[in-house]
Amino acid sequence: MHYHPLTEEDRREMLEAIGVRSFKDLLAGIPTKLRGREISVAESASELELRREITRIGQTNLSTQNALSFLGGGSYDHFIPTSVPQILSRNEFYTAYTPYQPEASQGTLQAMFEYQSLIAELTGMAVSNASHYDGATSLAEAGLLALRHTGRRKVLVARSVHPHYREVLRTYLEAADFALEEIGFDADGQFGRDEFQDILTEEVGAVVFQTPNFLGVVEDLQGVADQVHAKGALSILITNPISLGVLRPPGEWGADLAVGEGQVLGIPTNFGGPYLGYFAATGELMRKIPGRLAGMTIDREGKRAFVLTLQAREQHIRRERASSNICTNEGLCALAACLYLTLLGKEGIREVGEINLDRAHYLRDEIGRLKGFQVDPRAPIFNEFVVRADRPFAEICSRLIPRGILPGIDLVSFYPEMKGAFLVCATETKTKEDLDRFVKELSSTG
Amino acid sequence: MLIDPESKLSFEKSRPGRHGAKLPKSHFTKKSASSLIPEPLRRRRPAELPELTEPEVVRHFVNLSKKNFSIDTHFYPLGSCSMKYNPKVNEWAAAEPSFAGVHPLQPEETAQGWLRICYELEQDLKEITGMDRFTLQPAAGAQGELCGMMMVRAYHASRGEPNRRKVLVPDSSHGTNPATAAFLGYEVVEVKSNTRGRVDLGSLRRSLGSQTACLMLTNPNTLGLFEEDILQITEMVHKAGGLLYYDGANFNALLGIARPGDMGFDIVHLNLHKTFTTPHGGGGPGAGPVGVKERLVPFLPIPLVEKCGDRFSFDLNRPQTIGRLKSFHGQAGMLLRAYVYIRTLGSAGLKQVSEDAILNANYLKERLKDILPVAVDEPCMHEFVLSAKAAKEKGIHALDIGKRLLDYGFHAPTVHFPLVVPEALMIEPTETESKETLDRFIEALTQIAREIDENPDLVRNAPHSLPIRRPDEVLAARHPILTYRDWLRESTQQGGTKGEFESKEEPRLSFRS
Repeated sequence: MHYHPLTEEDRREMLEAIGVRSFKDLLAGIPTKLRGREISVAESASELELRREITRIGQTNLSTQNALSFLGGGSYDHFIPTSVPQILSRNEFYTAYTPYQPEASQGTLQAMFEYQSLIAELTGMAVSNASHYDGATSLAEAGLLALRHTGRRKVLVARSVHPHYREVLRTYLEAADFALEEIGFDADGQFGRDEFQDILTEEVGAVVFQTPNFLGVVEDLQGVADQVHAKGALSILITNPISLGVLRPPGEWGADLAVGEGQVLGIPTNFGGPYLGYFAATGELMRKIPGRLAGMTIDREGKRAFVLTLQAREQHIRRERASSNICTNEGLCALAACLYLTLLGKEGIREVGEINLDRAHYLRDEIGRLKGFQVDPRAPIFNEFVVRADRPFAEICSRLIPRGILPGIDLVSFYPEMKGAFLVCATETKTKEDLDRFVKELSSTG
Repeated sequence: MLIDPESKLSFEKSRPGRHGAKLPKSHFTKKSASSLIPEPLRRRRPAELPELTEPEVVRHFVNLSKKNFSIDTHFYPLGSCSMKYNPKVNEWAAAEPSFAGVHPLQPEETAQGWLRICYELEQDLKEITGMDRFTLQPAAGAQGELCGMMMVRAYHASRGEPNRRKVLVPDSSHGTNPATAAFLGYEVVEVKSNTRGRVDLGSLRRSLGSQTACLMLTNPNTLGLFEEDILQITEMVHKAGGLLYYDGANFNALLGIARPGDMGFDIVHLNLHKTFTTPHGGGGPGAGPVGVKERLVPFLPIPLVEKCGDRFSFDLNRPQTIGRLKSFHGQAGMLLRAYVYIRTLGSAGLKQVSEDAILNANYLKERLKDILPVAVDEPCMHEFVLSAKAAKEKGIHALDIGKRLLDYGFHAPTVHFPLVVPEALMIEPTETESKETLDRFIEALTQIAREIDENPDLVRNAPHSLPIRRPDEVLAARHPILTYRDWLRESTQQGGTKGEFESKEEPRLSFRS
């Protein structure tokens, strides 16, 4: 086996040094009843054969390589500068362990510190952790933090929050015997203000909104944080970080916890993972944040150094009193985001936001002109929007997919009342020709 | 604070007007961005991200990478972490655009390749562990544990026994076990180890009762020892009405050797980033698939992947499921890497993994035990624990030995864990290290043992040859600087120069410690 350096001679010498006659003697502690069963997995293949096979299996997927995709809904196709995957493939980054030995991990630790700084800057929050599994689990941990902090038992979540996020939040809250209640949305896609005010009681420990929400609508959250705080609850805001060069960030909305999906920052869509949950908070909540934190300090010679810090919150120190059980997080994905944001910089993050605004608005205007399709031209959007068709979405798919176009996400599976509606996304990756072709193909389904 | 140019932050290298990415300029709407979005919804103050060109960014990060140890540059005998070689063909597969460029919400018929990988990986993991079904959803081992314990809870609730509120955990367990149980509101009961480092059956018997929900066990345990009484243990827990949870952090010892399913475990999590060679990435992403026995299948999280004829599909309609654990379908990219690894090795290769891992560990243990005593001197599985308590008289701790190893070009073992061994050094060589490397490691520890006798300060003050000396962790925790903004505030308050090169200055931060 080409990954296993021991030779037969090594094995003999080593058994001799150990002082046993055969390898089996080393397994004496395993009850005989459990031994001797040969496992049988799929047949082994050479590297060349395996690569051919993987290529062949890959051909049964439609991907951005061979299709024009207008899918968003929490996972987005964005331009990734070539230097991002180049740096990520540095062996010293991707084959390193969690930086428990700071002297041997200054690269990882400084990158973590820079990532935290970038996320804090982008979200307008005081602190960020070193990453979480994904946007949905980040939200779940934020909900639990808020309930622990307030000593309350209920979370309110807008129904316009990503359906998977709400499901994951429910899984975590139910397992800890906490309650969850939803806030509906109005015809314009904005959360229902009256309903929100009615159910915002003193039992509520946290309120969750997402902007742009799952329907693509940028929520107007004017006054929301104040209302939430007046009731003694915390405000949790989910945002799309790539929108924050142009859209008002959680810090400017007065959020206590800012969470969401960092996949848009340099990570491919990867069929849903690995992704990057970002998790940022106000300074007040710093010592309650789950997960790793990198901090700046000095070494014994007074030199700048970086370490994992505030570890008293964590499972390997606190065991059953830890603030979360998380240990392995999404280190390399956080590095991707760190690289992406550093490359784009102050101007680039605004620019990419503006291009997304432009592409989505152009496409919405064009689709709005088609017979048999309706859009809401007044809804504030970032890079995706709802289209209502007077024919079944399946019909549109069956015409467009064979032509190499993935037209959008069917909304009826998430919101039963939204029959005929689908979600369309256009990012900076789309050219004018791409958008015009999509519109033309859509019109031909009529 | 002394800041050498090598540890300057990207923010400190920033110059207004530089940018590191070229984006498409053309606008299709002919409208300004500000006219597209109402003013109250717009950002007011720009995000102060660094301004650097691409070559500066690349040099910055390549130089940072050089300050890391990694498995591709160093031996990492880190117990319970299975730091083994990460095959490059795995990385090739995961980067293939035909996989990486697939959107998770594409119609199933356009993602058949991905679904096939998930399905086939599940079949292999079932065979390897002896479990009946797997969820591939969990993002890491700790989330796998959470998933498993949520199923324990759902299982007991479904049988009208929600009062089973106690989770048993051996005193040698990983910190995540009690943390996970407590996260779900369980009362954690510690089970004692016996003098041979195994679960003490008397202690276990006394802890079991009508409130027992589950025993969480690592086998081989964190001392690297196989629980010889495992069949009795699982029987005792089952008789008391509890379930058995297998912490798969130490699974590298068992491929083709023994299966948790045959031992009587009901739930198993695996760390694909340990046994199945997906890279650690400096702290993730990992993946923590969870396998269960038939009676727990109804509670698995959604979605599962089903095969019908030649077609693969997601099953979302599972009424008793604990729900969704993660958006979309888990850490797909890591699943593909693990699939490629299993396919490369095949059944015989997998068995060789554990055999060589066990052989390497026993060889190291045998050669090292005269230098530092072994916690339990018996044949071990894939790892073992040494105790440096004798060195303590000279004021040397296990941590110091680990730090000194860094100077010799070896990553430190896991130190001060498991908690049941004083001054523990937990060593796991894995199967991808050669005998020559192990011999060099033995030489290094022999040399360090000599240093402890002759010049303990050399060890106590180690490392001496790395980018930094020992950092002040107490200062970091007491006075947290977690972002560049924190540092700016700090350096401004202290009359600093915003991160200018300050090589000649006295350390200032230390005044506060």
